[in-house]
Amino acid sequence: MSNELNHLLARASKGLMSRRDFVGRAGALGVSAAMASTLLATAARAEEPVKGGLLRAGMQGGESTNTLDPALAASPVPFMVSMTYGDTLVDVSPTNEISYRLAEEISSSADAKEWKFKIRQGVEFHNGKTMTAEDVVATLKRHTDEKSQSGALGIVKGITDMKAEGDMVTLTLDGPNADLPFLMADYHLIIQPGGGVENPAEGVSTGAYKVTSFEPGVRIAFEKNANDWDSTRGHADQVEIIVINDNTARTAALQSGQINMMNRVDPKIVGLLKGAPGFEVKSAAGRGHYVFIMHCDAAPFDNKDLRMALKLAINRDEMVQKILGGFGAVGNDFPINSAYPLFDESIPQRPFDPIAAAEAYKKSGHDGSPIVLQVAEGAFPGAVEAAQLFQQSANAAGIPLEIKREPDDGYWTNVWNVSPFCASYWGGRPVQDQMYSTAYVSTAEWNDTRFKNARFDELLLAARGELDQVKRKAQYSEMANLVRDDGGVILPMFNNFVEIVADNVGGWITDANQELMNGKALQKCWLKA
Amino acid sequence: MHPVIKLVVQRLALGLLLMLAVSALIFFGVEALPGDAAQAMLGQSATPEALANLREKMGLNEPMLWRYGHWLFGFMTGDMGVALTNGESIAKAVGGRLGNTLFLAFWAALISVPLAITLGLVAARYNGRWPDRLISGITLATISLPEFVAGYLVLYILAVKLHWFPAMSMVFPGMGVFERLSAIILPVIVLVMVVLAHMMRMTRAAILNVMQSAYIETAELKGLSPLTVIWRHAFPNAIAPVVNVVMLNLAYLVVGVVVVEVVFVYPGMGQYLVDHVTKRDLPVVQACGMIFAAVYIGLNIFADVVSILANPRLRHPK
Repeated sequence: MSNELNHLLARASKGLMSRRDFVGRAGALGVSAAMASTLLATAARAEEPVKGGLLRAGMQGGESTNTLDPALAASPVPFMVSMTYGDTLVDVSPTNEISYRLAEEISSSADAKEWKFKIRQGVEFHNGKTMTAEDVVATLKRHTDEKSQSGALGIVKGITDMKAEGDMVTLTLDGPNADLPFLMADYHLIIQPGGGVENPAEGVSTGAYKVTSFEPGVRIAFEKNANDWDSTRGHADQVEIIVINDNTARTAALQSGQINMMNRVDPKIVGLLKGAPGFEVKSAAGRGHYVFIMHCDAAPFDNKDLRMALKLAINRDEMVQKILGGFGAVGNDFPINSAYPLFDESIPQRPFDPIAAAEAYKKSGHDGSPIVLQVAEGAFPGAVEAAQLFQQSANAAGIPLEIKREPDDGYWTNVWNVSPFCASYWGGRPVQDQMYSTAYVSTAEWNDTRFKNARFDELLLAARGELDQVKRKAQYSEMANLVRDDGGVILPMFNNFVEIVADNVGGWITDANQELMNGKALQKCWLKA
Repeated sequence: MHPVIKLVVQRLALGLLLMLAVSALIFFGVEALPGDAAQAMLGQSATPEALANLREKMGLNEPMLWRYGHWLFGFMTGDMGVALTNGESIAKAVGGRLGNTLFLAFWAALISVPLAITLGLVAARYNGRWPDRLISGITLATISLPEFVAGYLVLYILAVKLHWFPAMSMVFPGMGVFERLSAIILPVIVLVMVVLAHMMRMTRAAILNVMQSAYIETAELKGLSPLTVIWRHAFPNAIAPVVNVVMLNLAYLVVGVVVVEVVFVYPGMGQYLVDHVTKRDLPVVQACGMIFAAVYIGLNIFADVVSILANPRLRHPK
């Protein structure tokens, strides 16, 4: 079917175009009237959400140590739980635009230092209380308190003053930040009654579903919120998240029909699942990436030529094929890709070049002692295999790379951000500023490459307050080049979110902000009749 | 005092003493680790004041022996404190998980123990002939498969291909008994496969051992059928070693099935313990350690007592 016809069909079935118009326009594209009616009927049926039933997601990434406190959410299941029962002020749409949720309108002062959020009125919490601007302020305040140990502390700590007046919330920042609305979409910042100060793990917010049973690491059950303010979501009567950490068990549960969708499909088995009936593999190109990180301030990685030699000695295409099974894209040694707003497409791709790598290695004057790369299975899926591929291609270029395997247990405490050269991953952030502020600015606690560049820091601050998008894009481009050529990150690949959805699930869309439709799969999908 | 009662009481007292020793080992072992619970809880955000406050709140400034006594007393009265990671009551969480584990172990034992003993008797009766070889061959094959391979095989054939049973064995509060039973069919099958051979072989060996005795020959010469000889005369004298092996396997069913739990998504103790070990949640680790030790020691005492009672020389002293 032609693109044009598809487009018309989508518009007509959503009611944006009358049936008569559709048949007429389709006729202009050479489609008979009878055919056009059939097409429209099918499309309308496909688009119409079905109410009722029990929708289940089987997920990796839940532990019996989890809590309902959204501030402490750090793994996939707590994230999904928060997104199912909670609402943030805004969302980031699949096309990287701000979509309004509990905020209806946002405006900023000309210097991007003072932001005003108009709060939606008439929204009820699950406990029957009305959501107010005070609740919003209390929520943000709780996350700025170090005691709450919030994962969003880095996001909200730049807010120096918060005020609630009527239905308006005014936030004053310590410096200009043009991206503030994007930061408010962070999944920790779901609005809780009274900010959740008294009982942060109560599991009460304004979302499409209410938590009915919370068994950490096992099962989290929800029922439809009858007083939901948003009628375009919440189709199933009940939804459940079932924690199935084992890959094979998760796939088997889906194949036997006990769950309707699952996250984190092992790329290695996707080929085996193709052609099996009853479900479809979905892949979304996101911002997550796998990295090998060198400390720019520790020998021998304090030598720029050695860093360059290692960057040239990695075969990115091979890794995307073998480690990601093709579900991903090659990286270019900076943590930004086309999924980000203001990405500069013109930065040249770094090739795999063993000859140039050998030359750079010689130039570095390295003494030839083994360069040790620390890696664990849990660093990222396929990390050990990826390290072995890297070792082979580096050795071929005459670089004495050696692998040291570490246990998964304690890897993130004892190796990552401690050892001078190890494997790791990043989930990506909604905007460039946040990614760079989290891990590349000199002062960042998680600057896991010890990349310290005055020009980079200066550009980051300038771009943060820059409202002129053309200038801003140029600034981000220069920063990307600094990290790419001088930084300590070797970024071979961006990984896709690979998920499986059963055929009886309707309403699935591609949203690469986070896994499972940015955590919204349970509230936006439905069970087909 | 009757010597049997004396022996049993001695054995029980010894068990309690052992529990006490284990509790000390668990408590002081964890204490000896670098850092304390307050540091583990605060992690990266540990400032000196926050540490001092939290230590005060958690009573970490008290002398170690006092804390040990307090912990042990709390444990015995069912107060295990709260988990560091999510602040939930350990007793409540463990209660549910332990219940699930015991439920699964109970059904696996109910099927495997009579089956293993019957098969052992049959194998002994037809020693060296085809029923013996068949039974030994099959049970040795199933025990040789690692649990996760057996689990995946059963999962693939019975759940994914044939759709006979659910692939996930998730159980939750509010589920009916029949729903629960149908949910755990697959893990029960796997556990039976894993523990069957050990008990069957021991039954067979113990009986064959007894079969060499003179009184068995007498029984045979009386004209009793071979199965009656085994059941009435040989088996009662082979109980002691069999009970010991059965108890070892029961203990395994309670404390050692984490792999099966993971494969079948069963919310038992194993997964709970592993999750908390990874997060350094020491109060939970201590509590689980104590419970597992209690199960092991308890079952072993039971095995000892049964062996004592099964021995006629001890039951009827001259």
